[in-house]
Amino acid sequence: MLQKRENWIGYAFLLPSLIGFIVLKLYPVLFSLFLSFCEWDLISGWDKIKFIGIQNFINMLDDRYVVSSFSNTLRYVLMVVPGQLVIGIVVAVILEKCVFFKRYFRTTFFMPYIANTVAVSVVWMAMFHPSMGPVNSILKAIGIAEPPGWLSSRDWALVTIALMSIWTGSGYNIVVNMAALQGIPSELYEAAKIDGASGFQSFRHITIPLLSPTTFFLMLIKIIGTFQVFGPVKLMTKGGPGRATMVIVYEIYREAFQYYKIGYASAQTLVLFVIIMLVTLVQMKLQKKWVYQY
Amino acid sequence: MNVSIKPQTKTLLLRSVVTAIMFVASLLMLVPFIWMLSTSFKGSTEVFNFPIEWIPKQFYFKNYSHVWLNEHYPFYHFFGNSIYIALMALLGQIIVSATAAYAFAKVNFRFKNIIFVLYLSTMMIPRQATLVPYFALFRVLKIYNTHWALILPAWVNMTSIFLLRQFFLSIPEELSESAKLDGASHFRILLQIIMPLAMPAVSTLVVLGFVSVWNDYANPLVFITKRDLYTITLGIAAYIEDDMTLYNLIMVAATCAIAPIVIVYLCCQKYFIQGIATTGVKG
Repeated sequence: MLQKRENWIGYAFLLPSLIGFIVLKLYPVLFSLFLSFCEWDLISGWDKIKFIGIQNFINMLDDRYVVSSFSNTLRYVLMVVPGQLVIGIVVAVILEKCVFFKRYFRTTFFMPYIANTVAVSVVWMAMFHPSMGPVNSILKAIGIAEPPGWLSSRDWALVTIALMSIWTGSGYNIVVNMAALQGIPSELYEAAKIDGASGFQSFRHITIPLLSPTTFFLMLIKIIGTFQVFGPVKLMTKGGPGRATMVIVYEIYREAFQYYKIGYASAQTLVLFVIIMLVTLVQMKLQKKWVYQY
Repeated sequence: MNVSIKPQTKTLLLRSVVTAIMFVASLLMLVPFIWMLSTSFKGSTEVFNFPIEWIPKQFYFKNYSHVWLNEHYPFYHFFGNSIYIALMALLGQIIVSATAAYAFAKVNFRFKNIIFVLYLSTMMIPRQATLVPYFALFRVLKIYNTHWALILPAWVNMTSIFLLRQFFLSIPEELSESAKLDGASHFRILLQIIMPLAMPAVSTLVVLGFVSVWNDYANPLVFITKRDLYTITLGIAAYIEDDMTLYNLIMVAATCAIAPIVIVYLCCQKYFIQGIATTGVKG
């Protein structure tokens, strides 16, 4: 009797979020999954949805935009995630162990992370303007006659966006790592010192292993997030020059909301989701090899 | 002659050198912001002068009124829209998250754990997977091209539910038990005992939620096409698509979008750091 009452109370409190879960989380996933096997233009009614089996996935295989968007995204992830991870660890250790004014540094390094991506993209576009921007003016002034064309160059456009993401995203890793470092008992370092370990040795054999669960977590969420890069590409390059910065989510956006090929876009979303899942699962499997188990 | 330096002096010296190096690095973090701010006060022909004029020779305050009260892209209006959306989104998010978190942390009901795991598993859904289904849904609900299309989805945030549940669990059971004996309903316990104690966690949700709604670009881009309803991010994007050459005015727009967040951040830094650190380290 009492349990029944508890059930009622529990579900009453859960009701708002349960409705939200069904309408805003469950329905989109199922509908999206269904659409990836269909053809639809989004504007006309639901009765115009046509089932076409796995045709969308077959079409993807020889679509040059799709192929290059996947390889570009992979290159982007391989630049951004390691960059952010390394900076995150090195800066956090330095700030935690060997500077004055720790709080000032934490504040400034975290600042780009909260700044509006759209606004930041605009600032970078201006600063990295190939002919007039201050970055290239400085490079020319120090004797580099032909500085990179940054966003307007096929070779540099993706790198420029990656640099911006490293600039904006590293602060998050630094803050998380600093919190984790505070949890490492200082006795370990003192013991190592007595045993004659150098600073680098304690970094290598105490800090890195004890930080590895945090590093693992950061790698996991950063890879998931970085695979979904969209805003900077849409604003700064629109996938160009050529297809140099065409990334998956921008390609999905184009197919869905510019060409209204909803089925095709949904199929690409499904592939992206599966890739992210696989990468995550592989990392989970590999973690036993390098993550320190408490 | 061999001068022996005391170990303490040596570490002090090392510390100062490292601090100096890191100070230069921290400038790299700040330079884009400083350049943005200084450019926003310059005349259109002085933007790219070299060597860089960090302090403009003449301050064009008119840039700000020009952008703020622009006929086609009135920023005061976009600013208001963004604030309205953020407030409504957060209000709903706190209510929905608090009630759900209370159920998970303080009530025993059937299928509790299964539902909790289901909730958490939705955190893996890529955001753009929801854009198309939402688009279709919002047209049916007749909220496409209204601010509700941005507010409603923010109400159900699994990270918030998770964070609040963790915090509620840490509140001793005795407090709610004694209130129950005094005849308080669950709703009163949540409102008058749990919520006041959870204010630090709620503040964390508010600042983090504010930042994510304020900075959102993909959702407004897809769901809002009427210029009247533009958020601040759409405003800037429209500005550069319209005329990419007026860099000084664009920097005014960028400053207006970044400044409120930086102010919130500097005032409530504690909550940012707490939120990031707890989700990060415990996650």
